[in-house]
Amino acid sequence: MILDGKCPTGPIENSWDKYRFEMKLVNPSNKRNYKILMVGTGLAGGAGAATLGELGYKVEAFCYQDSARRAHSIAAQGGINAAKNYHNDGDSVYRLFYDTIKGGDFRAREADVWRLSQVSNNIIDQCVAQGVPFAREYSGLLANRSFGGAQVSRTFYARGQTGQQLLLGAYQALSRQVKAGTVKLHPRTEMLDLVVVDGVAKGITVRNLTTGAIESHWGDAVVLATGGYVNVYYLSTNAMGCSVTAAWKACEKGAYMANPCYTQIHPTCIPQHGDQQSKLTLMSESLRNDGRCWVPKKAEDCEKPVTEIAEDDRDYYLERKYPSFGNLAPRDIASRAAKEQCDDGRGVGPGKRGVYLDFQASIDRVGQPIIQERYGNLFEMYEKITDENGYKQPMRIYPAPHYAMGGLWVDYNCMSNIPGLFVLGEANFSVHGANRLGASALMQGLSDGYFVIPYTIGSYLAGIKPGVITEEHAAFKQSREEVESRIDKFINIKGSRSVASFHRALGKIMWEDVGMARSKESLTSALQAIPKLRDEFWQDVKVTGSKVGRNGQIEDAGRVADFFEFAQVFAADALHREESCGGHFRIEHQTDDGEATRDDENFCYAAAWEYKGVGKAPELHKEPLKFENIKLAVRSYK
Amino acid sequence: MDLTLYVWRQEGPDAKGKLEQYEAKDVSPDSSFLEMMDIVNEDLITSGIDPIELDNDCREGICGTCGCVINGIPHGPQKETTTCQLHMRQFQDGDSITIEPWRAKAFPVIKDLVVDRSALDNIIQSGGYTSAYTGELIGEANNTLIPKPIAEYSMDAAACIGCGACVAACPNGSAMLFTSAKVAQLAVLPQGAVEAAERVEEMTEAMLNAGFGNCSNHYECEAACPQGISVKFIAKANREYIKAQAK
Repeated sequence: MILDGKCPTGPIENSWDKYRFEMKLVNPSNKRNYKILMVGTGLAGGAGAATLGELGYKVEAFCYQDSARRAHSIAAQGGINAAKNYHNDGDSVYRLFYDTIKGGDFRAREADVWRLSQVSNNIIDQCVAQGVPFAREYSGLLANRSFGGAQVSRTFYARGQTGQQLLLGAYQALSRQVKAGTVKLHPRTEMLDLVVVDGVAKGITVRNLTTGAIESHWGDAVVLATGGYVNVYYLSTNAMGCSVTAAWKACEKGAYMANPCYTQIHPTCIPQHGDQQSKLTLMSESLRNDGRCWVPKKAEDCEKPVTEIAEDDRDYYLERKYPSFGNLAPRDIASRAAKEQCDDGRGVGPGKRGVYLDFQASIDRVGQPIIQERYGNLFEMYEKITDENGYKQPMRIYPAPHYAMGGLWVDYNCMSNIPGLFVLGEANFSVHGANRLGASALMQGLSDGYFVIPYTIGSYLAGIKPGVITEEHAAFKQSREEVESRIDKFINIKGSRSVASFHRALGKIMWEDVGMARSKESLTSALQAIPKLRDEFWQDVKVTGSKVGRNGQIEDAGRVADFFEFAQVFAADALHREESCGGHFRIEHQTDDGEATRDDENFCYAAAWEYKGVGKAPELHKEPLKFENIKLAVRSYK
Repeated sequence: MDLTLYVWRQEGPDAKGKLEQYEAKDVSPDSSFLEMMDIVNEDLITSGIDPIELDNDCREGICGTCGCVINGIPHGPQKETTTCQLHMRQFQDGDSITIEPWRAKAFPVIKDLVVDRSALDNIIQSGGYTSAYTGELIGEANNTLIPKPIAEYSMDAAACIGCGACVAACPNGSAMLFTSAKVAQLAVLPQGAVEAAERVEEMTEAMLNAGFGNCSNHYECEAACPQGISVKFIAKANREYIKAQAK
């Protein structure tokens, strides 16, 4: 099937304004009759729930965390982009649009990216009005810094805690609506099924993580803002509870998963310490403003202390390979370059899987106090984890799974192919193409939440009658029974291995065969290994304790079981995409000097996969991508 | 390294709890405290015992989900460090470690080391925000200048991660450090100053209604805070409160 993204036509500069004028509206006094379920309270979900509440809709918001303030958006360190052009360095909405399309390796929809760029400036204004304490100059004006993939300084930040401050802004706006009575929060609650009636999303089934009770909630629309899926790799920078479960439940009910093979492996993470590692920690990309990446030129120097490696014997590989962007090359490129050096036997640290990120030149240039002011908390975090002082010796970094560009397929309205099911933020696939630029995730989350969904959902709700289907409908009972029976199954297997041991094994397959460099062979092998491991899981997993009351093993078992099914669609997507683009690198498709080779003739489309059931191959649907404003070109940062 | 743990086990909110002894074997000094707990839990699961329930999520020290009292100190011995960022190199081979939940009237135990901190959310919901509705013409951000020292002061307060260690550390079970940090962050900014008086009154009332005690200047909160939030914000909030009362 050929999918229609329902983008507005005509000049892109007016596309969003034109759409908003033409959309249907819900009368202010009618809004309170509509109930919207928001799943997830990160930047997209928190901002969306707060804004929909302000508009007068009845909103119920759900999160698995114990508070709406804790979603993993909170961990974003570096910043948020906006095209303010405060520094007169040539920025504009058009340039942000251009950088994002190019940064995404020409695999995103133009109209969606234009809208994102257009509202980016509103986001900064909004956050300042909420009391978000962005960094300031001595003049009292807002400060900016640079991020990868852009040659302008457009990133706003709050020390190394930008995500935290933006999320708290959204959480506070949400709290205000709780007090106003428009939003009801359900913390410690996990969505375990989507209820679809006659092809339309009408509610969800959830598990109360404190009592273990399975509950139904009806809504006139369901919005998923449930984040990304890179915990499929087991070790990633995501929080422990991040999963694909909510999105996957939608897939089981017919929603399409788009471009799952576009995953971001972030270049600046702290290397793994050993087998007991439970997750990886990211160091903000902003560090590459002042840190220089290098490895020794000679493999025999790798074990030597840094002080004994002469300047001439150091290979500043990003500056060498990409002179115009240098250390600020985009993430996919910087990650692959780091892997290349390590594969060449010139990595540093344990297992030689690491590269240096060196601040000495910047400390010499501006002094340690300035570096400390810019990144102090990151240096502290690095020292706590590694026991090394980043001011005195270079940091060691290595790429790690970080972000999912792929996600549920949505049209321009952020609505999936299931009417009434909307998807926001990282959980959808819409704007980052095959690679996301730094400081753009926060921008997308807040854009979708504050400025997109409040408009587009109205257009849908205006066309339906509110409250027609409630928990009384038989579909809710059936859904609860299915959820219950799966939980019983986990408990009754009584096997010998913990859930975590299966998750680690799945992660290993994914990292080695579906990781930074993929081939037909590795992907074929993964597609055999994953179902085998999945079958073992269903025969041998051990979940102790009761389904009543709190039991973290039931939560984990459900998430890992969903990762197994999702991982197969992921690998199938990577296998079918016979090109390299952005975060998807097929070793068969590269230039002589190791750069990605795109195939626009055959693969200039979004791949949306329809799940067909356990053990069956998913079906591919395509949405062709048109580039009418930015010419398809080889993406070069040289 | 090998360690002996004494861990608080409690079936549910109304059950009686007690300390149980467990052994943690072959722990790498580079592992985090929670990775050490993972190893213990993995052993418990394979031997058919229910694992120790504890809240944690980001494991980067920012989400504020994790936290237990380690050898009598909320978040353990390392200064300005959350439980998840505490690493085993802070302990010696052969050490005994006592692990308990946050203990405060306002934080009922859910299970083992997991407590209910929704009282903190109630405080924010009472008024811990600016009443800025979402809108495109809310005002160009740079039209309101904010002196750098004010922005820095505000950020120092805003850094609170809402973990509740301050409450667990306080002999009165007070949430004054948490409450005052939000009061102070917003009160000094032009955007937040407008509602400062109502905010401090409502938040203080909500704090007391939620079962938290008041502040009697022990400063245990600041010592336990993983973000190093200063008690100077409590002084600021008290000042704001008196100003509001005088209005």
